[in-house]
Amino acid sequence: MARVVVDVMLKPEILDPQGKAVHGALPRLGFEGVTDVRQGKRFELEVEGEVTDERLAQLREIAGTLLSNPVIEDFEVHVP
Amino acid sequence: MRIGVVTFPGSLDDVDAQRAVRVAGHEAVTLWHRDHDLAKVDAVVLPGGFSYGDYLRCGAISRFSPLMTEIVSAAEGGLPVLGICNGFQILCESHLLPGALIRNDRRRFVCRDQRLRVESTASPWTASYTEGQEIVVPLKNGEGCYVASEETLDELEAEGRVVARYLDVNPNGSMRDIAGVRNARGNVVGLMPHPEHAVEDGFGPGTDGLGFFTLVEALVG
Repeated sequence: MARVVVDVMLKPEILDPQGKAVHGALPRLGFEGVTDVRQGKRFELEVEGEVTDERLAQLREIAGTLLSNPVIEDFEVHVP
Repeated sequence: MRIGVVTFPGSLDDVDAQRAVRVAGHEAVTLWHRDHDLAKVDAVVLPGGFSYGDYLRCGAISRFSPLMTEIVSAAEGGLPVLGICNGFQILCESHLLPGALIRNDRRRFVCRDQRLRVESTASPWTASYTEGQEIVVPLKNGEGCYVASEETLDELEAEGRVVARYLDVNPNGSMRDIAGVRNARGNVVGLMPHPEHAVEDGFGPGTDGLGFFTLVEALVG
């Protein structure tokens, strides 16, 4: 068993109202100095056997079709 | 005509859409997301709601349901498909329509009677309106902000594929006030506001929404 992590973030040009809401809450809590917040998603996928190139290609396909929407999001696949 | 209305787990407005289909004089055919065939319908409505609880992204999981696979290939062959609200989100996730719908810029769920201008009548779903006609139908969404790249938006405008635009206020931050778009062929339309809630006097703001369900027969097929 191995764990592979997929991070999904909105593309930089796409408005992120959730990140803005989080950012807006920080000064109210007394935290200063954070100039922006962008919110994304992290997926942890447990896979059978070794993480081969073939497996990685499959995981990239999963990340690009279901886990992210390429119109508004970018993804990165990490093997920790 | 036989118009199918798809129910997904979490659909909300499927029964209202069926009713609108009947008020417009057609037969409403109930379709279930797990079905594998389209029951020989002449057109399909993807209703509003929160399919699969809006998990992952609105419409992202519904897109891969067995019936959506059938609908995507039938739509590519010319089957008229109207996606309302969550249905619009599903059509964008399916890449039958360009762009995407993200959370409203004001971070609030918006519910209001919304004035729209019908901009394209080159679709069986909008052919009963006149170009530039102003209508009022309910709008209710939390993730109705239409976004697409500038090139895509320019292309949509140049090809007359913006179906409807918000008037008075832009309720959700949609780029260029876009409330609905169509594909190049015109058979697939996505609309964020809800015409199915404006088809009968005494229920909603009037009957301006009925035209979408009239579905001009000459243009189907």
